[in-house]
Amino acid sequence: MDIKIEKLTKTYGTQKAVNDISFEVKTGEILGFLGPNGAGKTTTMKMITDYIAIEAGDIKIGGKSITKEGDRLRRHIGYLPEHNPLYQDMAVLDYLEFSAAIQAVPQHLIPARIREMVKVCGLNAEKHKKIGELSKGYRQRVGLAQAMIHDPEILILDEPTTGLDPNQIVEIRKLIKEIGKEKTVILSTHILSEVEATCDRILIINKGRIVADGTSETLRKQSQGQELVTVAIEDGKKEEVLKAINGLSSVASIEATGPNHYEVQSKPDMSIKRAVFTACVENNWVITEMTPHVTKLEDVFRELTA
Amino acid sequence: MRSIWIITKRELQSFFDSLIAYIMLVLFLGFSGFFTWLYGSDIFLVGQANLESFFNIAFWTLFFFIPAITMRMLAEENKTGTIELLLTKAVTDREVILGKFFACFILVAIALAFTLPYYVTVANIGNVDHGAVWCGYLGLLLMSAAYISIGLFTSSITNNQIVAFLLALFIGLFFHIIFNVLSSNLTGFMGQLFNTLSLSAHFESLARGVIDTKDIVYFLTIVGIGVRLAEMSLAKRNLTN
Repeated sequence: MDIKIEKLTKTYGTQKAVNDISFEVKTGEILGFLGPNGAGKTTTMKMITDYIAIEAGDIKIGGKSITKEGDRLRRHIGYLPEHNPLYQDMAVLDYLEFSAAIQAVPQHLIPARIREMVKVCGLNAEKHKKIGELSKGYRQRVGLAQAMIHDPEILILDEPTTGLDPNQIVEIRKLIKEIGKEKTVILSTHILSEVEATCDRILIINKGRIVADGTSETLRKQSQGQELVTVAIEDGKKEEVLKAINGLSSVASIEATGPNHYEVQSKPDMSIKRAVFTACVENNWVITEMTPHVTKLEDVFRELTA
Repeated sequence: MRSIWIITKRELQSFFDSLIAYIMLVLFLGFSGFFTWLYGSDIFLVGQANLESFFNIAFWTLFFFIPAITMRMLAEENKTGTIELLLTKAVTDREVILGKFFACFILVAIALAFTLPYYVTVANIGNVDHGAVWCGYLGLLLMSAAYISIGLFTSSITNNQIVAFLLALFIGLFFHIIFNVLSSNLTGFMGQLFNTLSLSAHFESLARGVIDTKDIVYFLTIVGIGVRLAEMSLAKRNLTN
Protein backbone atom coordinates (compact mmCIF):
# COMPACT_ATOMS: atom_id res chain seq x y z
CA MET A 1 0.00 0.00 0.00
CA ASP A 2 1.32 3.39 -0.96
CA ILE A 3 1.14 6.39 1.30
CA LYS A 4 0.55 9.72 -0.35
CA ILE A 5 0.75 12.86 1.71
CA GLU A 6 -0.68 15.97 0.14
CA LYS A 7 -0.12 19.47 1.50
CA LEU A 8 -0.40 18.35 5.08
CA THR A 9 -0.67 21.10 7.68
CA LYS A 10 -1.17 21.07 11.44
CA THR A 11 -1.07 24.03 13.78
CA TYR A 12 -0.73 24.00 17.55
CA GLY A 13 -1.72 27.41 18.84
CA THR A 14 0.29 29.83 16.79
CA GLN A 15 2.99 27.31 15.93
CA LYS A 16 2.83 25.43 12.67
CA ALA A 17 3.96 21.95 13.64
CA VAL A 18 3.62 20.67 10.10
CA ASN A 19 3.55 23.18 7.31
CA ASP A 20 2.27 22.19 3.89
CA ILE A 21 4.33 19.04 3.36
CA SER A 22 3.82 16.59 0.53
CA PHE A 23 5.58 13.31 -0.15
CA GLU A 24 4.93 9.79 -1.22
CA VAL A 25 6.12 6.42 0.02
CA LYS A 26 5.77 3.40 -2.21
CA THR A 27 5.27 -0.22 -1.33
CA GLY A 28 8.59 -1.89 -0.69
CA GLU A 29 10.22 1.34 0.36
CA ILE A 30 11.73 2.23 3.72
CA LEU A 31 11.58 5.93 4.36
CA GLY A 32 13.81 7.44 7.01
CA PHE A 33 12.25 10.44 8.66
CA LEU A 34 14.87 12.79 10.04
CA GLY A 35 14.71 16.11 11.74
CA PRO A 36 15.69 17.92 14.92
CA ASN A 37 13.45 17.77 17.99
CA GLY A 38 10.18 19.54 17.42
CA ALA A 39 10.51 19.46 13.64
CA GLY A 40 7.10 17.84 13.16
CA LYS A 41 8.08 14.19 12.65
CA THR A 42 5.92 12.78 15.41
CA THR A 43 2.98 15.02 14.51
CA THR A 44 3.15 13.78 10.92
CA MET A 45 3.27 10.18 12.11
CA LYS A 46 0.32 10.74 14.42
CA MET A 47 -1.66 12.05 11.48
CA ILE A 48 -0.70 9.12 9.25
CA THR A 49 -1.86 6.69 11.95
CA ASP A 50 -5.10 8.65 12.30
CA TYR A 51 -4.50 9.46 15.96
CA ILE A 52 -4.94 13.19 15.46
CA ALA A 53 -7.08 14.80 12.81
CA ILE A 54 -5.65 16.52 9.78
CA GLU A 55 -6.09 20.26 9.70
CA ALA A 56 -5.46 20.84 6.02
CA GLY A 57 -4.34 18.60 3.18
CA ASP A 58 -4.88 14.88 2.97
CA ILE A 59 -3.24 11.53 3.57
CA LYS A 60 -4.09 8.77 1.15
CA ILE A 61 -3.32 5.18 1.98
CA GLY A 62 -3.73 2.82 -0.95
CA GLY A 63 -5.61 5.61 -2.69
CA LYS A 64 -8.13 6.03 0.13
CA SER A 65 -8.30 9.13 2.25
CA ILE A 66 -7.60 8.62 5.94
CA THR A 67 -10.02 11.40 6.87
CA LYS A 68 -12.88 9.45 5.35
CA GLU A 69 -11.97 5.83 5.92
CA GLY A 70 -9.64 6.07 8.90
CA ASP A 71 -11.42 3.39 10.91
CA ARG A 72 -10.93 0.84 8.17
CA LEU A 73 -7.44 1.93 7.13
CA ARG A 74 -6.01 1.72 10.65
CA ARG A 75 -6.28 -2.06 10.35
CA HIS A 76 -3.50 -1.97 7.75
CA ILE A 77 -1.16 0.13 9.86
CA GLY A 78 1.25 -1.04 12.53
CA TYR A 79 2.40 1.75 14.80
CA LEU A 80 5.12 2.02 17.39
CA PRO A 81 4.71 5.40 19.12
CA GLU A 82 7.59 7.46 20.39
CA HIS A 83 7.64 6.50 24.07
CA ASN A 84 6.36 3.01 23.44
CA PRO A 85 3.37 3.15 25.79
CA LEU A 86 2.32 -0.34 26.90
CA TYR A 87 0.03 -1.76 29.55
CA GLN A 88 2.57 -2.43 32.28
CA ASP A 89 0.27 -4.71 34.23
CA MET A 90 -0.21 -7.20 31.40
CA ALA A 91 1.89 -10.24 30.65
CA VAL A 92 3.69 -10.15 27.30
CA LEU A 93 1.65 -12.98 25.80
CA ASP A 94 -1.64 -11.55 27.04
CA TYR A 95 -0.75 -8.19 25.60
CA LEU A 96 0.15 -9.62 22.22
CA GLU A 97 -3.10 -11.58 22.21
CA PHE A 98 -5.03 -8.42 23.02
CA SER A 99 -3.23 -6.47 20.26
CA ALA A 100 -3.91 -9.19 17.71
CA ALA A 101 -7.58 -9.49 18.67
CA ILE A 102 -8.20 -5.78 18.60
CA GLN A 103 -6.56 -5.49 15.18
CA ALA A 104 -9.11 -8.02 13.96
CA VAL A 105 -6.73 -10.94 13.40
CA PRO A 106 -9.01 -13.99 13.00
CA GLN A 107 -9.20 -15.96 16.25
CA HIS A 108 -7.69 -19.15 14.80
CA LEU A 109 -4.63 -17.32 13.48
CA ILE A 110 -3.80 -15.50 16.72
CA PRO A 111 -1.68 -18.23 18.39
CA ALA A 112 0.44 -18.64 15.26
CA ARG A 113 0.95 -14.89 14.91
CA ILE A 114 1.95 -14.61 18.58
CA ARG A 115 4.44 -17.47 18.19
CA GLU A 116 5.96 -15.82 15.16
CA MET A 117 6.27 -12.42 16.83
CA VAL A 118 7.82 -13.95 19.95
CA LYS A 119 10.37 -15.66 17.70
CA VAL A 120 11.04 -12.72 15.41
CA CYS A 121 11.39 -10.19 18.23
CA GLY A 122 13.34 -12.55 20.51
CA LEU A 123 10.83 -12.48 23.33
CA ASN A 124 10.88 -16.17 24.19
CA ALA A 125 12.74 -15.87 27.50
CA GLU A 126 10.50 -13.08 28.78
CA LYS A 127 7.14 -13.97 27.32
CA HIS A 128 5.46 -14.87 30.61
CA LYS A 129 6.65 -11.79 32.48
CA LYS A 130 4.58 -8.70 33.02
CA ILE A 131 5.56 -5.85 30.72
CA GLY A 132 6.29 -3.64 33.74
CA GLU A 133 9.01 -6.06 34.82
CA LEU A 134 10.86 -5.99 31.52
CA SER A 135 13.98 -4.00 30.72
CA LYS A 136 13.69 -1.10 28.31
CA GLY A 137 15.07 -3.10 25.41
CA TYR A 138 12.59 -5.90 25.90
CA ARG A 139 9.74 -3.43 26.18
CA GLN A 140 10.85 -1.98 22.87
CA ARG A 141 10.69 -5.45 21.39
CA VAL A 142 7.17 -5.91 22.73
CA GLY A 143 6.30 -2.56 21.15
CA LEU A 144 7.64 -3.77 17.81
CA ALA A 145 5.85 -7.10 18.18
CA GLN A 146 2.50 -5.44 18.82
CA ALA A 147 3.03 -3.17 15.82
CA MET A 148 3.64 -6.12 13.52
CA ILE A 149 1.31 -8.71 15.03
CA HIS A 150 -1.45 -8.24 12.49
CA ASP A 151 1.01 -8.36 9.61
CA PRO A 152 0.24 -4.78 8.54
CA GLU A 153 1.01 -3.48 5.10
CA ILE A 154 2.26 -0.23 6.55
CA LEU A 155 4.62 0.15 9.47
CA ILE A 156 5.11 3.48 11.19
CA LEU A 157 7.96 3.32 13.69
CA ASP A 158 8.85 6.30 15.84
CA GLU A 159 12.43 5.74 16.97
CA PRO A 160 12.30 1.95 16.91
CA THR A 161 15.78 1.16 18.19
CA THR A 162 15.98 3.37 21.29
CA GLY A 163 16.98 1.35 24.32
CA LEU A 164 18.21 -1.65 22.40
CA ASP A 165 21.72 -3.04 22.81
CA PRO A 166 24.01 -3.08 19.74
CA ASN A 167 23.24 -6.72 18.93
CA GLN A 168 19.54 -6.11 19.09
CA ILE A 169 19.88 -2.97 17.01
CA VAL A 170 21.53 -4.98 14.25
CA GLU A 171 18.81 -7.63 14.47
CA ILE A 172 15.98 -5.14 14.44
CA ARG A 173 17.48 -3.25 11.52
CA LYS A 174 17.78 -6.51 9.64
CA LEU A 175 14.17 -7.25 10.49
CA ILE A 176 12.99 -3.82 9.32
CA LYS A 177 14.93 -4.24 6.07
CA GLU A 178 13.35 -7.63 5.56
CA ILE A 179 9.86 -6.25 6.19
CA GLY A 180 10.56 -3.25 3.99
CA LYS A 181 10.98 -5.45 0.94
CA GLU A 182 7.25 -6.04 0.69
CA LYS A 183 5.72 -3.41 2.91
CA THR A 184 5.74 0.32 3.30
CA VAL A 185 7.84 1.46 6.22
CA ILE A 186 8.30 4.93 7.67
CA LEU A 187 10.74 5.21 10.52
CA SER A 188 11.92 8.22 12.40
CA THR A 189 15.17 8.34 14.29
CA HIS A 190 17.91 10.56 15.60
CA ILE A 191 20.60 8.02 14.81
CA LEU A 192 21.85 8.96 11.37
CA SER A 193 23.87 5.82 10.83
CA GLU A 194 20.66 3.90 11.34
CA VAL A 195 19.00 5.72 8.50
CA GLU A 196 21.95 4.99 6.23
CA ALA A 197 21.93 1.34 7.25
CA THR A 198 18.22 0.70 6.84
CA CYS A 199 16.48 3.25 4.67
CA ASP A 200 16.06 3.43 0.94
CA ARG A 201 15.16 7.07 1.09
CA ILE A 202 15.64 9.91 3.52
CA LEU A 203 13.34 12.78 4.24
CA ILE A 204 14.69 15.61 6.36
CA ILE A 205 12.13 17.88 7.92
CA ASN A 206 12.77 21.09 9.79
CA LYS A 207 10.31 23.50 11.38
CA GLY A 208 7.43 21.66 9.77
CA ARG A 209 8.82 21.77 6.24
CA ILE A 210 10.64 19.26 4.09
CA VAL A 211 14.21 20.43 3.54
CA ALA A 212 15.64 17.39 1.79
CA ASP A 213 14.33 14.28 0.08
CA GLY A 214 16.43 11.58 -1.56
CA THR A 215 18.81 8.69 -0.97
CA SER A 216 21.71 9.23 1.40
CA GLU A 217 23.96 9.27 -1.66
CA THR A 218 22.10 12.07 -3.44
CA LEU A 219 21.83 14.10 -0.27
CA ARG A 220 25.57 13.91 0.23
CA LYS A 221 26.27 14.92 -3.34
CA GLN A 222 23.85 17.83 -3.12
CA SER A 223 25.60 19.29 -0.15
CA GLN A 224 29.08 18.33 -1.30
CA GLY A 225 29.69 20.05 -4.66
CA GLN A 226 33.36 20.56 -3.93
CA GLU A 227 35.97 17.89 -3.36
CA LEU A 228 38.07 18.05 -0.23
CA VAL A 229 41.27 16.03 0.08
CA THR A 230 43.85 15.70 2.80
CA VAL A 231 47.35 15.08 1.39
CA ALA A 232 50.64 14.39 3.09
CA ILE A 233 53.50 15.55 0.89
CA GLU A 234 57.10 14.89 1.84
CA ASP A 235 60.42 16.20 0.51
CA GLY A 236 58.94 19.59 -0.41
CA LYS A 237 59.20 22.91 1.37
CA LYS A 238 55.94 24.19 2.68
CA GLU A 239 55.95 27.43 0.70
CA GLU A 240 56.82 25.66 -2.53
CA VAL A 241 54.12 23.06 -2.07
CA LEU A 242 51.52 25.72 -1.28
CA LYS A 243 52.55 27.72 -4.32
CA ALA A 244 52.62 24.77 -6.72
CA ILE A 245 49.29 23.29 -5.66
CA ASN A 246 47.58 26.65 -5.48
CA GLY A 247 48.67 27.27 -9.06
CA LEU A 248 46.66 24.30 -10.32
CA SER A 249 43.59 25.34 -12.28
CA SER A 250 41.20 23.00 -10.47
CA VAL A 251 42.25 23.96 -6.95
CA ALA A 252 40.22 26.51 -5.06
CA SER A 253 42.31 26.63 -1.91
CA ILE A 254 45.05 24.85 0.02
CA GLU A 255 45.78 25.03 3.69
CA ALA A 256 48.61 23.55 5.72
CA THR A 257 47.14 21.58 8.60
CA GLY A 258 50.30 20.12 10.09
CA PRO A 259 53.86 19.13 9.25
CA ASN A 260 53.72 17.90 5.65
CA HIS A 261 49.91 17.79 5.81
CA TYR A 262 47.66 19.89 3.61
CA GLU A 263 43.96 20.19 3.02
CA VAL A 264 43.11 20.89 -0.60
CA GLN A 265 39.71 21.98 -1.82
CA SER A 266 38.60 21.84 -5.46
CA LYS A 267 36.62 24.34 -7.42
CA PRO A 268 32.94 23.34 -7.76
CA ASP A 269 32.39 20.08 -9.69
CA MET A 270 36.11 19.53 -10.41
CA SER A 271 38.40 16.70 -9.38
CA ILE A 272 41.81 17.50 -7.96
CA LYS A 273 43.39 14.18 -7.09
CA ARG A 274 45.07 13.58 -10.45
CA ALA A 275 46.31 17.15 -10.73
CA VAL A 276 47.83 17.08 -7.24
CA PHE A 277 49.51 13.77 -7.98
CA THR A 278 51.00 15.02 -11.26
CA ALA A 279 52.26 18.22 -9.61
CA CYS A 280 54.03 16.19 -6.91
CA VAL A 281 55.62 13.88 -9.50
CA GLU A 282 56.91 16.88 -11.45
CA ASN A 283 58.52 18.33 -8.32
CA ASN A 284 59.85 14.96 -7.10
CA TRP A 285 57.78 15.13 -3.95
CA VAL A 286 56.46 11.97 -2.34
CA ILE A 287 52.81 11.57 -1.48
CA THR A 288 52.45 9.43 1.64
CA GLU A 289 48.78 9.97 2.15
CA MET A 290 45.79 11.11 0.14
CA THR A 291 42.41 10.92 1.82
CA PRO A 292 39.30 12.22 0.16
CA HIS A 293 36.80 13.63 2.70
CA VAL A 294 33.42 12.03 2.55
CA THR A 295 30.62 14.32 3.63
CA LYS A 296 28.89 12.63 6.49
CA LEU A 297 25.14 12.54 6.76
CA GLU A 298 25.63 14.37 10.05
CA ASP A 299 27.08 17.29 8.13
CA VAL A 300 24.25 17.28 5.64
CA PHE A 301 21.78 17.17 8.51
CA ARG A 302 23.44 20.01 10.38
CA GLU A 303 23.71 22.11 7.29
CA LEU A 304 20.03 21.72 6.49
CA THR A 305 18.55 22.06 9.93
CA ALA A 306 20.87 24.33 11.87
CA MET B 1 -19.20 -5.34 18.84
CA ARG B 2 -16.22 -7.65 18.94
CA SER B 3 -13.85 -4.78 19.66
CA ILE B 4 -15.99 -3.64 22.59
CA TRP B 5 -15.88 -7.12 24.09
CA ILE B 6 -12.10 -7.36 23.59
CA ILE B 7 -11.60 -4.11 25.49
CA THR B 8 -14.09 -5.15 28.18
CA LYS B 9 -12.24 -8.44 28.63
CA ARG B 10 -8.89 -6.71 28.95
CA GLU B 11 -10.19 -4.24 31.53
CA LEU B 12 -11.81 -7.00 33.56
CA GLN B 13 -8.59 -8.98 33.44
CA SER B 14 -6.73 -5.92 34.63
CA PHE B 15 -9.22 -5.46 37.51
CA PHE B 16 -8.68 -9.01 38.69
CA ASP B 17 -4.91 -8.98 38.09
CA SER B 18 -4.36 -5.81 40.06
CA LEU B 19 -6.45 -6.80 43.10
CA ILE B 20 -8.77 -3.83 42.54
CA ALA B 21 -11.63 -6.22 41.89
CA TYR B 22 -10.99 -8.27 45.05
CA ILE B 23 -10.62 -5.22 47.26
CA MET B 24 -13.76 -3.70 45.83
CA LEU B 25 -15.74 -6.94 46.29
CA VAL B 26 -14.54 -7.51 49.84
CA LEU B 27 -15.16 -3.91 50.91
CA PHE B 28 -18.55 -3.74 49.24
CA LEU B 29 -19.73 -7.01 50.73
CA GLY B 30 -18.22 -6.13 54.10
CA PHE B 31 -19.93 -2.75 54.30
CA SER B 32 -23.26 -3.80 52.93
CA GLY B 33 -23.29 -7.02 54.95
CA PHE B 34 -22.39 -5.23 58.19
CA PHE B 35 -25.09 -2.62 57.85
CA THR B 36 -27.68 -5.01 56.45
CA TRP B 37 -27.35 -7.67 59.14
CA LEU B 38 -25.49 -6.34 62.14
CA TYR B 39 -25.65 -2.63 62.71
CA GLY B 40 -27.96 0.38 62.52
CA SER B 41 -31.37 -0.12 61.04
CA ASP B 42 -30.54 -3.67 60.02
CA ILE B 43 -33.01 -6.30 58.95
CA PHE B 44 -33.51 -7.63 62.49
CA LEU B 45 -34.21 -4.20 63.86
CA VAL B 46 -36.71 -3.41 61.14
CA GLY B 47 -38.18 -6.86 61.56
CA GLN B 48 -39.55 -7.10 58.05
CA ALA B 49 -38.62 -9.64 55.40
CA ASN B 50 -37.37 -7.23 52.76
CA LEU B 51 -34.05 -5.98 51.50
CA GLU B 52 -34.76 -2.29 51.95
CA SER B 53 -31.94 -1.84 54.44
CA PHE B 54 -29.53 -3.49 52.00
CA PHE B 55 -30.66 -1.28 49.11
CA ASN B 56 -30.27 1.81 51.25
CA ILE B 57 -26.72 0.95 52.19
CA ALA B 58 -25.77 -0.23 48.67
CA PHE B 59 -27.14 3.05 47.37
CA TRP B 60 -24.41 4.80 49.33
CA THR B 61 -21.55 2.31 49.06
CA LEU B 62 -21.85 2.15 45.28
CA PHE B 63 -21.90 5.93 45.15
CA PHE B 64 -18.40 5.94 46.65
CA PHE B 65 -17.05 2.76 45.08
CA ILE B 66 -17.92 3.44 41.47
CA PRO B 67 -15.74 6.56 41.09
CA ALA B 68 -12.93 4.50 42.61
CA ILE B 69 -13.32 1.93 39.85
CA THR B 70 -13.79 4.36 36.99
CA MET B 71 -11.12 6.89 37.96
CA ARG B 72 -8.25 5.02 36.36
CA MET B 73 -10.06 3.89 33.22
CA LEU B 74 -9.04 6.74 30.95
CA ALA B 75 -6.96 8.96 33.24
CA GLU B 76 -4.26 6.32 33.42
CA GLU B 77 -4.32 5.74 29.66
CA ASN B 78 -3.99 9.49 29.18
CA LYS B 79 -1.09 9.64 31.59
CA THR B 80 0.92 6.71 30.28
CA GLY B 81 0.10 7.45 26.65
CA THR B 82 -1.39 4.01 26.03
CA ILE B 83 -4.49 5.77 24.76
CA GLU B 84 -2.51 6.67 21.64
CA LEU B 85 -1.71 3.05 20.94
CA LEU B 86 -5.30 2.00 21.65
CA LEU B 87 -6.89 4.61 19.41
CA THR B 88 -4.56 3.87 16.50
CA LYS B 89 -5.81 0.28 16.47
CA ALA B 90 -8.86 -0.70 14.47
CA VAL B 91 -11.33 0.62 17.07
CA THR B 92 -13.45 3.74 17.26
CA ASP B 93 -13.48 6.15 20.20
CA ARG B 94 -16.97 4.98 21.08
CA GLU B 95 -15.94 1.33 21.18
CA VAL B 96 -13.15 2.20 23.61
CA ILE B 97 -15.54 4.05 25.94
CA LEU B 98 -18.21 1.36 25.73
CA GLY B 99 -15.66 -1.40 26.31
CA LYS B 100 -14.53 0.30 29.49
CA PHE B 101 -18.12 1.06 30.50
CA PHE B 102 -19.14 -2.58 30.29
CA ALA B 103 -16.04 -3.71 32.19
CA CYS B 104 -17.00 -1.49 35.14
CA PHE B 105 -20.62 -2.49 34.84
CA ILE B 106 -19.80 -6.20 34.90
CA LEU B 107 -17.61 -5.73 37.98
CA VAL B 108 -20.46 -3.97 39.80
CA ALA B 109 -22.87 -6.65 38.63
CA ILE B 110 -20.55 -9.33 40.04
CA ALA B 111 -20.46 -7.47 43.36
CA LEU B 112 -24.24 -7.31 43.41
CA ALA B 113 -24.52 -10.96 42.45
CA PHE B 114 -22.57 -11.85 45.58
CA THR B 115 -25.33 -10.25 47.65
CA LEU B 116 -27.95 -12.63 46.27
CA PRO B 117 -27.45 -14.92 49.30
CA TYR B 118 -28.95 -12.06 51.37
CA TYR B 119 -32.06 -12.39 49.25
CA VAL B 120 -32.13 -16.17 49.68
CA THR B 121 -31.69 -15.82 53.44
CA VAL B 122 -34.44 -13.24 53.81
CA ALA B 123 -36.71 -15.34 51.59
CA ASN B 124 -36.21 -18.22 54.00
CA ILE B 125 -37.12 -16.28 57.11
CA GLY B 126 -40.22 -14.53 55.89
CA ASN B 127 -42.50 -13.63 53.03
CA VAL B 128 -40.51 -11.56 50.60
CA ASP B 129 -41.99 -9.34 47.93
CA HIS B 130 -39.93 -10.87 45.11
CA GLY B 131 -40.88 -8.19 42.61
CA ALA B 132 -39.68 -5.42 44.91
CA VAL B 133 -36.33 -7.18 45.43
CA TRP B 134 -35.67 -7.61 41.73
CA CYS B 135 -36.74 -4.03 41.09
CA GLY B 136 -34.33 -2.93 43.79
CA TYR B 137 -31.50 -4.78 42.09
CA LEU B 138 -32.52 -3.29 38.75
CA GLY B 139 -32.45 0.14 40.38
CA LEU B 140 -28.96 -0.46 41.76
CA LEU B 141 -27.73 -1.62 38.36
CA LEU B 142 -29.21 1.37 36.58
CA MET B 143 -27.84 3.75 39.18
CA SER B 144 -24.41 2.12 38.82
CA ALA B 145 -24.57 2.50 35.05
CA ALA B 146 -25.33 6.20 35.47
CA TYR B 147 -22.43 6.75 37.88
CA ILE B 148 -20.06 4.69 35.73
CA SER B 149 -20.77 6.91 32.75
CA ILE B 150 -20.19 10.02 34.87
CA GLY B 151 -16.98 8.47 36.22
CA LEU B 152 -15.78 7.62 32.72
CA PHE B 153 -16.39 11.17 31.62
CA THR B 154 -14.43 12.68 34.51
CA SER B 155 -11.66 10.15 33.94
CA SER B 156 -11.47 11.13 30.30
CA ILE B 157 -10.90 14.82 30.92
CA THR B 158 -7.83 14.49 33.13
CA ASN B 159 -4.72 12.39 33.50
CA ASN B 160 -4.86 12.51 37.26
CA GLN B 161 -6.84 9.71 38.88
CA ILE B 162 -7.50 11.62 42.11
CA VAL B 163 -8.96 14.53 40.17
CA ALA B 164 -11.12 12.09 38.21
CA PHE B 165 -12.33 10.48 41.46
CA LEU B 166 -13.17 13.73 43.24
CA LEU B 167 -14.83 15.23 40.19
CA ALA B 168 -17.00 12.14 39.73
CA LEU B 169 -18.03 12.36 43.40
CA PHE B 170 -18.74 16.05 43.05
CA ILE B 171 -20.97 15.60 40.00
CA GLY B 172 -22.53 12.50 41.56
CA LEU B 173 -23.36 14.42 44.71
CA PHE B 174 -25.79 16.62 42.79
CA PHE B 175 -27.72 13.64 41.51
CA HIS B 176 -27.42 11.77 44.78
CA ILE B 177 -28.60 14.40 47.27
CA ILE B 178 -28.44 18.02 46.20
CA PHE B 179 -31.21 17.87 43.57
CA ASN B 180 -33.36 15.99 46.06
CA VAL B 181 -32.81 18.59 48.79
CA LEU B 182 -33.54 21.41 46.34
CA SER B 183 -36.70 19.75 45.13
CA SER B 184 -38.05 19.46 48.66
CA ASN B 185 -37.20 23.08 49.40
CA LEU B 186 -38.66 24.54 46.25
CA THR B 187 -42.18 24.48 44.94
CA GLY B 188 -43.76 24.82 41.54
CA PHE B 189 -41.83 24.28 38.34
CA MET B 190 -38.37 24.43 39.91
CA GLY B 191 -39.35 21.90 42.56
CA GLN B 192 -40.69 19.62 39.87
CA LEU B 193 -37.56 20.07 37.75
CA PHE B 194 -35.19 19.17 40.56
CA ASN B 195 -37.36 16.24 41.50
CA THR B 196 -37.07 14.97 37.94
CA LEU B 197 -33.30 15.44 38.02
CA SER B 198 -32.83 13.74 41.37
CA LEU B 199 -31.39 10.27 41.04
CA SER B 200 -32.49 9.25 44.53
CA ALA B 201 -36.15 9.99 43.71
CA HIS B 202 -35.99 7.70 40.69
CA PHE B 203 -34.10 5.05 42.61
CA GLU B 204 -36.59 5.05 45.48
CA SER B 205 -39.46 4.63 43.10
CA LEU B 206 -37.73 1.58 41.59
CA ALA B 207 -36.72 0.17 44.98
CA ARG B 208 -40.37 0.29 46.05
CA GLY B 209 -41.06 -2.17 43.29
CA VAL B 210 -42.53 0.11 40.67
CA ILE B 211 -41.03 -0.07 37.20
CA ASP B 212 -41.83 3.18 35.50
CA THR B 213 -40.60 3.97 31.98
CA LYS B 214 -39.79 7.47 33.21
CA ASP B 215 -37.22 6.10 35.67
CA ILE B 216 -35.63 3.79 33.12
CA VAL B 217 -35.45 6.60 30.56
CA TYR B 218 -33.93 8.87 33.22
CA PHE B 219 -31.08 6.48 34.03
CA LEU B 220 -30.41 5.60 30.40
CA THR B 221 -30.31 9.29 29.51
CA ILE B 222 -27.58 9.92 32.09
CA VAL B 223 -25.67 6.92 30.74
CA GLY B 224 -26.05 8.20 27.18
CA ILE B 225 -24.92 11.71 28.05
CA GLY B 226 -21.96 10.50 30.15
CA VAL B 227 -20.73 8.14 27.45
CA ARG B 228 -21.16 10.76 24.75
CA LEU B 229 -19.29 13.38 26.77
CA ALA B 230 -16.44 10.95 27.41
CA GLU B 231 -16.31 10.21 23.71
CA MET B 232 -16.23 13.92 22.90
CA SER B 233 -13.45 14.41 25.39
CA LEU B 234 -11.39 11.72 23.63
CA ALA B 235 -12.05 13.42 20.30
CA LYS B 236 -10.67 16.64 21.81
CA ARG B 237 -7.19 15.57 20.64
CA ASN B 238 -8.35 16.44 17.14
CA LEU B 239 -8.98 20.08 17.95
CA THR B 240 -6.40 22.33 16.47
CA ASN B 241 -6.30 25.43 18.58
